[in-house]
Amino acid sequence: MNAPVILDRRHVLKGSGALIVSFSLSRAFAEEQATPALSPKPPGSLATSPYLDSWIRIDADGAITVFTGKAELGQGFKTAFQQIAAEELDVPFHVLKVVTADTKLTANEGYTAGSHSTQDSGTAIQNAAAQARALLLAEAARRLDVPAETLKTEDAAVISPNGRRLTYGELVAADMLHVQAQPKSSLKDPASFKIMGQSVPRVDIPAKVTGGVAYVQDLRLPDMVHARVVRPPSYGAQLVECDSSAVEKMPGVVKVVRDGNFLAVVAEKEFAAVKAMNALTVAAKWKETARLPKQDDLLAVLTSGLASHDSVIFERKDPLVTGAKTIEATYTRPYQSHGSVGPSCAVAQFSDDTVTVWTHTQGVYPDRQAIAEMLRMPPANVRCIHVEGSGCYGHNGADDAAADAALIARALPGRPVKVQWMREQEHGWEPFGPAMVTKLKASLGDDGKIADWNFEVWSNTHSMRPGGAGCLLAAQHIEQPFAVPPAKPLPLPEGGGDRNAIPIYTFRNAHVVHHFLPDMPLRISAMRSLGAYHNVFSIESFMDELAALAGADPVEFRLNHLEDSRGREVIQKAAEGFGWRKGQKAPEDRGFGFAFARYKNLAAYCAIASEVEVNRETGRARLVRAVAAVDSGQVVNPDGLTNQIEGAIVQSTSWTLYESVTFDDTRITSIDWQTYPILRFDAVPERIDVHIINRPGKPFLGSGETGQGPAAASIANAIFAATGKRLRDLPLTRKRIKDAIDA
Amino acid sequence: MMTLKVNGQDHQIEAEPDTPLLYVLRDDLKLNAAKFGCGLGQCGSCTVMVDGKAVLSCVTPMVLLEGKQVTTLEGLGTISEPAPIQRAFMEEQSAQCGYCIAGMMMRAQALLLRNPKPTDEQIRAEFAPHLCRCGTHMRILRAVHRASRLMDTADASSSTRRSAQ
Repeated sequence: MNAPVILDRRHVLKGSGALIVSFSLSRAFAEEQATPALSPKPPGSLATSPYLDSWIRIDADGAITVFTGKAELGQGFKTAFQQIAAEELDVPFHVLKVVTADTKLTANEGYTAGSHSTQDSGTAIQNAAAQARALLLAEAARRLDVPAETLKTEDAAVISPNGRRLTYGELVAADMLHVQAQPKSSLKDPASFKIMGQSVPRVDIPAKVTGGVAYVQDLRLPDMVHARVVRPPSYGAQLVECDSSAVEKMPGVVKVVRDGNFLAVVAEKEFAAVKAMNALTVAAKWKETARLPKQDDLLAVLTSGLASHDSVIFERKDPLVTGAKTIEATYTRPYQSHGSVGPSCAVAQFSDDTVTVWTHTQGVYPDRQAIAEMLRMPPANVRCIHVEGSGCYGHNGADDAAADAALIARALPGRPVKVQWMREQEHGWEPFGPAMVTKLKASLGDDGKIADWNFEVWSNTHSMRPGGAGCLLAAQHIEQPFAVPPAKPLPLPEGGGDRNAIPIYTFRNAHVVHHFLPDMPLRISAMRSLGAYHNVFSIESFMDELAALAGADPVEFRLNHLEDSRGREVIQKAAEGFGWRKGQKAPEDRGFGFAFARYKNLAAYCAIASEVEVNRETGRARLVRAVAAVDSGQVVNPDGLTNQIEGAIVQSTSWTLYESVTFDDTRITSIDWQTYPILRFDAVPERIDVHIINRPGKPFLGSGETGQGPAAASIANAIFAATGKRLRDLPLTRKRIKDAIDA
Repeated sequence: MMTLKVNGQDHQIEAEPDTPLLYVLRDDLKLNAAKFGCGLGQCGSCTVMVDGKAVLSCVTPMVLLEGKQVTTLEGLGTISEPAPIQRAFMEEQSAQCGYCIAGMMMRAQALLLRNPKPTDEQIRAEFAPHLCRCGTHMRILRAVHRASRLMDTADASSSTRRSAQ
């Protein structure tokens, strides 16, 4: 320990009379000091933030706080983490408090993305809690002068054989938890779990159903003003003229902020800000450039219109095996919107030389980095605090709204500024899920099995998240702009555009190519499951095409190519739950479809069987029922997992049947729910059943995105079963289905 | 200055007459439940009740509400004393992000006042104006059915109490 920490501790000890190093100070210190190499590393995010007090704080009064660097986005993990910590600490669930992503308080866990939260943060909390409990036991053993093995823990206390009870609050000492985690923890036997594995009700729902303060939109700080941004009408548009004098005189207007192409207005009251925004929109004259590709020709644009960096990402060869019957197919996916129901929002406040930003970003640390760079301030002077927003499903306008708020707040020092994006701004400016093309070709051997498999995918990157200021709209639009950084592919094994491009099935010959497209004609970034949505849609549709060619049952055909035993069990469970029988016919105008994937080939397994009804007159397809089976390792909260899978199925149904971003040669034209329709209640299935295969004691496998791809392919396969027509271009709209039926 | 009756209380509101009710509720009265989603009447997040009917507050100017009763989710119950519709949404865990549900709950409340035993089809039809992006629709439908049962029980027990007095 060196000087700064000792000083911090003195400071804190003076204040609290007992206990531990101030969490925030020790946290900041832990982050800056070089971590001595531990070999092997402790599990989950303990590998990067090894101090136990980065995760667990126990106060002398018995209060226990759990810290996570991840952000609650509506997945319910705040509740799951509370369960994990309560279980491993032996503390009643309600005693704990969970603090989520905040650059002043929590570990740097990067982004809350990629179904990593429970795998990374949940694992860290589980192990930190177990090790904290072991330290408390050791301290009790020392004080009571008995072997630790004779002691037990319950209800936030250590109990001796003769019934003596020492509470955790009594046992904890100054720096007891400011120690680095050991590589291995002594975790509880899953058979003894009392809280983990239970469907504990979500801690955030009561406030959300009673009008409590639940979202950043609900923050009201003293003396707060309301801001609205006037965005350019199209990518690259230049503000050539803007006489804002009349707007500045409007009632309640505090200020018009202009910095290059960045234009915003601030008012005392919210609706005054909206009216002023409308007036400013009229006053602003822009020079636009037609530079968007042809919306209806994505196939040509992606496969030959844009430069590509090609790489073979998987190769397997067995020259002795050749196929007799060969088929090929091309699948496409359009640009799609995250479509958050609540447009992005943020609050920022400058005081002296620091700024605090309340944001629904997925990554408080990277967002802080980007905002600091944009404002040309040291990152230490920027604090980002995560507050929930509307569900984001990836990189929506959250970070941009945070940057807007920070930039505007700088012009009004001291006053908290709330920026609320309008509907058309979220739809028009959010970074979309990228368009993709896949080309598949495969041959069947005489044994009815796939002899060779060729898969090519064309895609942009799937992450243009900040880290650098150039990823923020405001930073791109100011007078001295930051350039958009060059796109980079996300590396395998997780991958981006090539996520799930490598088949999980065993094919004797296989060749997989990733055509990475660095140029981004539309603003794009991460959307739930990244490339896995389209790659799984393609692979699992094509598996069905090959099963039909082989005259095999689709479920049996998959099992014939799959060695992974957990994958096989998931497929069998979904088929059994659905009542799938070889050769069975669906009722008239209906079809059954099946699909399977293991997300990223390393996270949760998911198989989905669907029944879809097709109206042959209109072409309308409707998901009637879906049955899913999922294996996400050790289950923390079964209802939370079920909720994620149900939601994935419904959301993916919407993407798959209805959604594509529209644009002309200059502007995005899908700017609200009329021009970008999504699933409504008339299309909600009659039922969705989720079967969970629990794996007690096995690692947590991220499950938030595992359903997206299988849901899409199971619907396409069911439409084929119902109509005999194979649809390969997303979305599977009623017009496309009707045209296929009539062809 | 206009008098607006919200959740049984009169409020003196100083706002331009064209101000949509949503902004009065959120900005002047500091109520959280009604949400800004689109400002266009396309998503249902801002739904409240006016004289017992579901209304999209983002496209309803304040000037039309003189003398009418506005009810928001806050007016139905609290965390410690939730109304049946709130209990039902908690018990069914009918949320992921939850941004859309306050509006849905007000639509459900208005429906149940009018039709205490709606069929699944009637609920789906009634909910046509509402969007949920997380895909919690199955749970929302279950919660409305549960609320219908809870209200039934609540009515029965309150009438029992009344007859006992």
